[in-house]
Amino acid sequence: MSDLKLTRNLQDPDGFYANLLAMHEGLSKAESDAFNARLILIMANHIGDEQLLARALHLAAESAPEGRHGL
Amino acid sequence: MNKIFEIPLYPYARHPDQDATHPVRHKVIIIGAGPVGLAAAIDLAQRDVPVVVLDDNDRVSFGSRAICFAKRTLEILDRLGCGEAAVEKGVTWNTGRVFFDEREIYAFDLLPEDGHKRPAFINLQQYYFEQFLFERVQQLVDAGKPIEIRGRNRVEAIGAHPDHVRLEIETPEGSYELHSDWLIACDGAGSPTRRMMGLDFVGRVFEDNFLIADVVMKADFPTERWFWFDPPFNRGQSALLHRQPDNVWRIDLQLGCDIDREAEKRPERVIPRLKEMLGEEVEFELEWVSIYTFQCRRMERFRHGRVIFAGDAAHQVSPFGARGANSGLQDVDNLCWKLAMVLEGQAPERLLDSYDWERVCGADENILNSTRSTDFITPKSDISKVFRNAVLDLAARHEFARPLVNSGRLSVPCVYDEGPLNTEDATGLPARTRPGAPVVDAPLGEGWLLDALGQGFTLLAVDVSIPEDLTLAGFALTTLSVSAEDNPTLRARYLGDAQKAIYLIRPDQHVAARWTDYDAEAVTAALTHAIAKA
Ligand SMILES: Cc1cc2nc3c(=O)[nH]c(=O)nc-3n(C[C@H](O)[C@H](O)[C@H](O)COP(=O)(O)OP(=O)(O)OC[C@H]3O[C@@H](n4cnc5c(N)ncnc54)[C@H](O)[C@@H]3O)c2cc1C
Repeated sequence: MSDLKLTRNLQDPDGFYANLLAMHEGLSKAESDAFNARLILIMANHIGDEQLLARALHLAAESAPEGRHGL
Repeated sequence: MNKIFEIPLYPYARHPDQDATHPVRHKVIIIGAGPVGLAAAIDLAQRDVPVVVLDDNDRVSFGSRAICFAKRTLEILDRLGCGEAAVEKGVTWNTGRVFFDEREIYAFDLLPEDGHKRPAFINLQQYYFEQFLFERVQQLVDAGKPIEIRGRNRVEAIGAHPDHVRLEIETPEGSYELHSDWLIACDGAGSPTRRMMGLDFVGRVFEDNFLIADVVMKADFPTERWFWFDPPFNRGQSALLHRQPDNVWRIDLQLGCDIDREAEKRPERVIPRLKEMLGEEVEFELEWVSIYTFQCRRMERFRHGRVIFAGDAAHQVSPFGARGANSGLQDVDNLCWKLAMVLEGQAPERLLDSYDWERVCGADENILNSTRSTDFITPKSDISKVFRNAVLDLAARHEFARPLVNSGRLSVPCVYDEGPLNTEDATGLPARTRPGAPVVDAPLGEGWLLDALGQGFTLLAVDVSIPEDLTLAGFALTTLSVSAEDNPTLRARYLGDAQKAIYLIRPDQHVAARWTDYDAEAVTAALTHAIAKA
């Protein structure tokens, strides 16, 4: 089993970030939420590995600012 | 009109027990002649255990209730002697269609696996299901089996004692008292037994209301299951259309939380709604309309000394996934051989604790599955709705998202992994027939594997020789020697890569133990363990 990558893995971080924001441009809040949900599902299916996904879910929860979303 | 649910099948008749000076003591009393109580009575009577069934009513249940009966249930009915009647009358379907908003997003074929006597499931009105069970009871009565149903006998009070149970029963001619060594409470989700004993029933209540209508129509909708998310005719809600025998269709419309239940049930409200769904030109007649809310909950324990709970009395699920009656039948399957052996003095009373362990495990699995379906169908928060709709939008275009669509996961039997009666598994045999799993059917000559199993324990030998007459630990086992040589289905299900195998199969057709060779001592030990003797 491969571990969840927590070191730099994107070749072009600025490029990806810009693309991500560009996709949201002009979308309403509801449309943006729907977009994000589709994106998560597409990526989750691609990863497939359930342990990796569980790690990612926890990491996302743990990384919330202190006091706002502690587990 | 005389539909089956309008005919008293077991009308009240005075019984000599009512005139006895001292309360008569019975071996087993069952409260409730619903699908679960009737099945339990048949199972016990077939094992020659005398049984009395008490029911408040005198006929099959009416109204919109169970329609989907799964393969395992049909297999259990085969063992109980009424599988054929159910399958003959039932409707078999294979195609499901899922709609979202105004369009069909995909269709699926259930592609049921070959090599089983029974289909993945059938649709059949619950009143027919109960009728077939009742007819089987009558057959057994005619054959002299010790089984009796007393209609309009309502249990009013229960006294549970360490070695027996006292019941106070109300009839049209007054009340009387009975004693019983054992009591099986199959008195439904509202179980008066549970209430009278002050026992808990905890879990989740879903707030959404559902309008369930059974309509008779001569429309040529195909024999398919259609499920809508957020359709134009029921905005923001879900809908289901499913065929039953006799041109009856089950329609299920989610109505949301804050509704006027009485108003929604009125034909002047229901009919336009259905017309919008089915099309103006379609002619139909309402057979039954009701409004339900659903719960997912169970008792903490199903055995309380001499009182044992089964079916809806012990656990309740939302109907998405058709796990109510189906799981109740598995309770019966699990319980009756154990109770019969305890009554015969062949097994210690603690064998019944394994009923509790195994069926609580089954109930938890069913509750988990039906809760997940309910959460998908009726999203509880804005974000869960966002994800739900994202899944549906993706599913319209991409195969990967379709398994995430959850409009009900159809009932499959629970595998009792780690169960208290299992013996440690041998290595190298197929996972699906591991200890704790229900036996998987396979063709056998002109017939079927499941039909060849005994009512007691069976030793199945695949390409190994075993003695024909086998008595181990004082029990005569049914032996079944088969060959996988020209039977690839049997090979895949029972051997995998192995050359030979021995399976010890319980009376409820679950695997207790298996080996890759015959060893009388090992089988004896596993058998003793499977009846909680060691
Ligand atoms: C809309 C709907 C759809 C469903 N669809 C499905 C489905 O597709 N598949 C499926 O498997 N399940 C389905 N179910 C669930 C199924 O109907 C139940 O799980 C099933 O009826 C439970 O059977 P039971 O014998 O445990 O209880 P019940 O059928 O409720 O029977 C209880 C019996 O006990 C009797 N009784 C009660 N109190 C007393 C008393 N004090 N004295 C004497 N007798 C008493 C009653 O008269 C009754 O006959 C559905 C349910 C609903 C509501």
